[in-house]
Amino acid sequence: MKLKVYGIWFAMKLIRICTLLLALSIVTFCLMSLSPIDPVQAYIGADAMRVSPEQRQAIAEYWGLDDPPLTRYLHWASAMLRGDMGTSMLYREPVSDVIGERFLHSAALMAVAWLASGMFGLTIGIVAAANKGRWLDRIITWYCYTVASTPAFWMGLLLLVVFAVWLGWFPVGLAVPAGVLASDVTLLDRIYHLILPAMTLAMVGIAPIALHTREKLLTVLSSDYVLYARARGEKGYSLIKRHGLRNILLPAITLQFTSFSELFGGAVLAEQAFSYPGLGQATVEAGLGGDVPLLLGIVLCSALFVFTGNLIADLMYKLVDPRMRKGGEA
Amino acid sequence: MHHHEPPAMNPISGRQCHLRRNTLLIIASTVLLLLIILVTGVMIDGNGLATHPEIRNQAPSQHHWFGTDWLGRDMFARTMKGLLLSIQVGLIGAVASTLLAAIFGLLAAMGGKRVDRFISWLIDLFLSVPHLVTLILIAYISGGGVRGIVIGIAFTHWPSLARVIRAEAMQIKQAEYVRISERFGKSRFWIARHHTLPHLLPQLMVGFLLMFPHAILHEAAITFLGLGLSPHQPAIGIILNESMRYLSTGMWWLAIFPGVSLIIVVRLFGILGERLRMLLDPQTAHD
Repeated sequence: MKLKVYGIWFAMKLIRICTLLLALSIVTFCLMSLSPIDPVQAYIGADAMRVSPEQRQAIAEYWGLDDPPLTRYLHWASAMLRGDMGTSMLYREPVSDVIGERFLHSAALMAVAWLASGMFGLTIGIVAAANKGRWLDRIITWYCYTVASTPAFWMGLLLLVVFAVWLGWFPVGLAVPAGVLASDVTLLDRIYHLILPAMTLAMVGIAPIALHTREKLLTVLSSDYVLYARARGEKGYSLIKRHGLRNILLPAITLQFTSFSELFGGAVLAEQAFSYPGLGQATVEAGLGGDVPLLLGIVLCSALFVFTGNLIADLMYKLVDPRMRKGGEA
Repeated sequence: MHHHEPPAMNPISGRQCHLRRNTLLIIASTVLLLLIILVTGVMIDGNGLATHPEIRNQAPSQHHWFGTDWLGRDMFARTMKGLLLSIQVGLIGAVASTLLAAIFGLLAAMGGKRVDRFISWLIDLFLSVPHLVTLILIAYISGGGVRGIVIGIAFTHWPSLARVIRAEAMQIKQAEYVRISERFGKSRFWIARHHTLPHLLPQLMVGFLLMFPHAILHEAAITFLGLGLSPHQPAIGIILNESMRYLSTGMWWLAIFPGVSLIIVVRLFGILGERLRMLLDPQTAHD
């Protein structure tokens, strides 16, 4: 019985996601066909002088750019359903290959940053709440508010100046050492190149989770049952662990899952600052170069990424929170 | 968010008057600081932006507070011009976004179940794509320029405020006096105009001010990515993007000062929004 309820709920969510993705693809496609940027011009780029009108015509025909938008959309959508996302004009590779390869780089970056900011943010949020009003709390809240006003890419530049230029500890950019064959790149190299961009993302990502944790924990700490626990003689971090942590952990984790949208945006900026070849960099290149198939693919993929985060957050509330579980059964 | 002080028992104790005055003082000083930045940005003439090859790559000094770049342009002048542009773009974008939020929020609350469902679906649609991707998309579609950035900011920031407005308007709809007004045969539009909207104005004001920092940050981000403006225009993002090429040669001032100035402006707007909310929100108005 319970399984059936979950099944229906899950199916409804999937339907909603599908309608949103469909609408998203239509809207994006329509808007893109309105753009004044000529894809053929963007494709030719600096060689414009050497390309004859006949060649232009051939290029437009080859990519199907002369067809009316509806035909092109139907063409694209039917191919999409077969799992073919089209061919990127910039990279001259299938879009799915470009996104797949790039996403691996970005996923490594985002995963490290996500875990680090989650754990570290939670910790400093708890420390701040436990020391409410004292200097430690003031420093932490000040840091969080300041970082919330800091663009991710500037944080990246700052770390670059300090750690790569002044101290020389880390490389200036790229996911792998320059001038080394792809087969010779070791895992250690990759990690070495990942540290600074991941640190950038994590340092910026800490602020919301820390502030949220602090607020929640303060509410819990001013409740009657904590007052009673104090009266029984509980104190310090064991009190927080026994009465606070259980209450704040679930909202904190779901907040982390619903922050996928900001995480992706931060990754775009951090990748640009470190010339890290991830999906974010591909997004910027596709936007600058007028690579419509790639941009369309990235829009849908990023939406799917955000949906996944929100779905996990919803699911966790439904499965883990005893109050919601009760509500579902009733 | 600034509940450092213990709640006083007596609602009109001297300490609270003091706090209220403090809040007003903070609001006044942030406004003053922002005005100074605005006026400086407007007053600076083209001279600072011109290239002076004889004073290239100078570290910060008395004459050039923020140093000069590789073309001998004064970084202080460029930064101030950039901030001015950021504030302008942020202002127009945030105003448009607040208007969108008000329209959609009110429509959702007053327009019946179907409209409500459609608007919540629309909100989901806009929230489903990361803001930055939407901004890149709109910048591409509009073919660059300040207009594209403003449109992008207007279209990405309204959903969360629209949700707040909708919830608020729903509550007002249940109020006694609105019910009575309905019985008198007033139209939905009349009620929205005369009962709901006046109640929402403080919310909209605060929502607008809290949106402002995000709008400025997104303007900086999108110009940093090289979408939108021509590289000759002094925008904070463009300045910081250019600085990347010179960081490894030790010209740290190209990145540090413009960035810190941007953070200060964003933070000032943040503080202003928070404080105004404290004043307007009846729950914290006396804190």
